Amino acid sequence: MKFGVVTFPGSNCDYDTYASVRHILGEEVEFLWHKSSDLAGCDAVILPGGFSYGDYLRAGAIARFSPIMQEVVRFARSGGLVIGICNGFQVLTEVGLLPGALIRNSHLRFSCKQVYLRVEDEKTPFTRSCKQGEVLQIPIAHGEGNYYSFDGDIRQLQDSGQIVFRYVSCDGEVTAESNPNGSCDNIAGIMNVEGNVLGMMPHPERAVEKILGSTDGLKILESIRSACNTTSMVRNR
Amino acid sequence: MAENRKATVYVRLKDGVLDPQGVTIQKALGQMGYNDFLSVRSGRFFELEVNADAADVEQRIDEVCSRLLANPVIESYKVELNS
Repeated sequence: MKFGVVTFPGSNCDYDTYASVRHILGEEVEFLWHKSSDLAGCDAVILPGGFSYGDYLRAGAIARFSPIMQEVVRFARSGGLVIGICNGFQVLTEVGLLPGALIRNSHLRFSCKQVYLRVEDEKTPFTRSCKQGEVLQIPIAHGEGNYYSFDGDIRQLQDSGQIVFRYVSCDGEVTAESNPNGSCDNIAGIMNVEGNVLGMMPHPERAVEKILGSTDGLKILESIRSACNTTSMVRNR
Repeated sequence: MAENRKATVYVRLKDGVLDPQGVTIQKALGQMGYNDFLSVRSGRFFELEVNADAADVEQRIDEVCSRLLANPVIESYKVELNS
């Protein structure tokens, strides 16, 4: 299968993401330039972390109008797997593929550290190599990762099983102390109703080798590969 | 007939959306002794110059506000069309 990694001006995790797919996961991967209108036959698209367009206006607000995003939206609407990491998550909310918004961390500081995530649903294309309730150690690095949605919307996310990851303590408990940014309901990652678009603030591409402190992020990439290989996904849709 | 119009757009977080900057500013005011400032909400404004038909100008501005200047999920906006 083939992954695509979108590069916006200001993306800074695109090479890490590319390397994690190519050298650690061992799959084909191609950069997708923001001005391009061609997904190059990719089976899954990753919107990487960074500061697309300098985070001007709001994080992700300008990137959503780039030519490549029009293709990503089309790809997602036809069932293609899309994962937005950190700034990529912000882009996905701005473009409307995911509900809610990422606002300034409640403590106002940029936060770069290892956190623990609990897998809330093992059946998604992004977590099928994980176990229900499994605790993953994956780092975060953001200033605007505070997931916000109105109360009723959060309940709906919960009811429709769209909450994929929550920030937890190392033993898997949802606590105020384990919430690094003030996110509603300790939300670290959500997917759309259809289950083919995931946004998450933590960086799985930074947790793919022992020397990085964790290999848990690899499980997410492996899940995507497994999902692509077991469903008969049509290329060049 | 198109003409140049100026407008000011104010974008703010909707009521109920946490404004960490506002909260921090309010706390700082308290530390400075301004305990009578009970809350602060922050926002931003844009000064626009638009070349549009008089009949269209409000709708044009409204369009860019809802599509780009504000995120309708968390923000509201107010337009002042300058004469």
